Amino acid sequence: MKRFIGFIKKEFYHIIRDRRSLFILFGMPIAQIMLFGFAITNEIQNVDIAILDHSKDATTQEIIHKISSSKYFKITQLIDNESSIEAAFKKGKVKAVLIIEKDFTKNLTKENNANIQIITDATEPNTANSISNYIISIIQNYKQEINKNTNVPYQINANTKMIFNPELKSVFMFVPGVMTIILMLVSAMMTSISITREKELGTMEVLLVSPLKPYQVIIGKVFPYIFLAIINTIVIVLLSIFVFKMPIQGSYLLLAFVSILFILTSLSLGILISTIAATQQTAMMISLAGLMLPTIILSGFIFPVTSMPAPLQILSNIIPAKWFIIILKGIMLKGVGFTFIWKETLILLVMTVFNIVLSTKKYKIRLE
Amino acid sequence: MSISVQNISKTFKKVNAVNDVSFEVKEGELFGLIGPDGAGKTTIFRILTTLLIADKGTATVAGFDVVADYKSIRNHVGYMPGKFSLYQDLTVEENLEFFATIFGTTIYENYDLIKEIYVQIEPFKNRRAGKLSGGMKQKLALCCALIHKPKVLFLDEPTTGVDPVSRKEFWEMLKRLQQKGITILVSTPYMDEAELCDRIALIQHGKILQIDTPQEIVKYYPKNIYDISADNMYKLIESLKSFKHHYSVYPFGEFVHYTDTRNDFNPQELQYYLESKNHTNIKIKITKTTIEDTFMELTK
Repeated sequence: MKRFIGFIKKEFYHIIRDRRSLFILFGMPIAQIMLFGFAITNEIQNVDIAILDHSKDATTQEIIHKISSSKYFKITQLIDNESSIEAAFKKGKVKAVLIIEKDFTKNLTKENNANIQIITDATEPNTANSISNYIISIIQNYKQEINKNTNVPYQINANTKMIFNPELKSVFMFVPGVMTIILMLVSAMMTSISITREKELGTMEVLLVSPLKPYQVIIGKVFPYIFLAIINTIVIVLLSIFVFKMPIQGSYLLLAFVSILFILTSLSLGILISTIAATQQTAMMISLAGLMLPTIILSGFIFPVTSMPAPLQILSNIIPAKWFIIILKGIMLKGVGFTFIWKETLILLVMTVFNIVLSTKKYKIRLE
Repeated sequence: MSISVQNISKTFKKVNAVNDVSFEVKEGELFGLIGPDGAGKTTIFRILTTLLIADKGTATVAGFDVVADYKSIRNHVGYMPGKFSLYQDLTVEENLEFFATIFGTTIYENYDLIKEIYVQIEPFKNRRAGKLSGGMKQKLALCCALIHKPKVLFLDEPTTGVDPVSRKEFWEMLKRLQQKGITILVSTPYMDEAELCDRIALIQHGKILQIDTPQEIVKYYPKNIYDISADNMYKLIESLKSFKHHYSVYPFGEFVHYTDTRNDFNPQELQYYLESKNHTNIKIKITKTTIEDTFMELTK
């Protein structure tokens, strides 16, 4: 145990004295969450939309007014018939068209049920998602207003199937993704680099010719990163809550548990990489190309998995980040309990065990 | 026997790094592997320190088999690789403390063993290891390899890249360690260091050429060597090489080392010959055979 503590102490010296890795460890999480939160959000502003109003009555005017008075949309075109919709999109200025059915007010007051269709320009899927969400939300607000004084509630059906985003804030969607990437970066990349550094500098040779057992070396190397990754998780969650006012819907305990599990999954990947790579350079390349890129692209963080071609959808299943993002979205945004995410958790657990077993098999007790 | 190597061979891809090597090192002996870069010294060290497995042959260190009992060996040997292998971003003291801890000991427990070496680097104990001079680095590495009081010490080219004064000090330390009963296997490409060992093995292209004490090994050189000098050294070599009885001619420091094919060689004859070739200030004297001469002869 004393040996182990001595080893960990040494690891902390390494981390503290290496300014670059310190920056990656603590600067990156804060920079990334701020960047995604403030700059690269797909929050929309002043988006051009067109209206096709078949009813043209007081109620529809009111809805249109509501939409145009929000800072999100600018109504730039009023269309007369369905055939002009395509032309409006083709010009490229209009990102969405709102179609209000004939006899809208009559349907609403007599049958308590009226329909609105939203057509969005799906060439930018994320923006399209946001636009329809925003419009639906505005219509919902309006509905609540008119329902205040009635016994039988009026229904306005908005005809889209878009993701639920209650607060009209896109930053929430990014928190799980950013958190996943940071934990992956800290755990997998930093550990694989730190282990291969010993190989590259020749110190592994000395460590091998010592009574330290291989698992002691590995655990000693990864332990500080578990600790740092947990700190990073806490920082990200605190930033989300206090800077972006994002409420965590689910249990903090569950969040902590799955985060630690994902940290372990990433660490096991880092160890696996270090058993293959001989130099820090290789370890970094494998981590970036083999882990970071798929994590960003295939995990559903930026591009929805459902809109990928089938082979990539299948491939995305082996990306641990995909499952972790599902779990995080569940806990943070939807507030679900363990019964809803046990499958994803189990997948992560299996992946971790698999990586560790494989690394143990591949770990060299000698130089070749 | 502290180290016993029997018919060890090791091949990397197509390179035959070590070829049927056998030797034994007695307890408390200072044994030197002498040979140029690429002779296979490091490979032998790695096989003995359990870092590599030989293709053929067996070896034991401190009574333990290098393959089967590799764990026991790792507890009982000190190893200092050819490349500086300490943590450059840790201070002198932190490095030493780290190696003491992983071997389950403390600096104070074995302080008497490293004291003489450590006092020399102690003034810099708060300096990072990466900022030390070459000689200092080697002293620190030696301390780290000694901190757990090993039975056998493996030093792979410990003085390469170290200044002459530090080299001399380093060898004096090895002599003192030897007196404390530690068996030392050391490799070096420097022939002058070979004379400081108890016994040496001359090694070239993965093969051992000869094993003996430094005093005896020169006897394998079959001839008397003559130091020859003249004003024009370049022309002197040319002339000697065209002398019909010459056996070997090669520059050696400020002289040319010359040997003759005949056993009843008379230097006077050569003197006349060189004078006839218009050489001036000719000096010919018989000289002591060095290990380097022997090595050159054996590798012929």
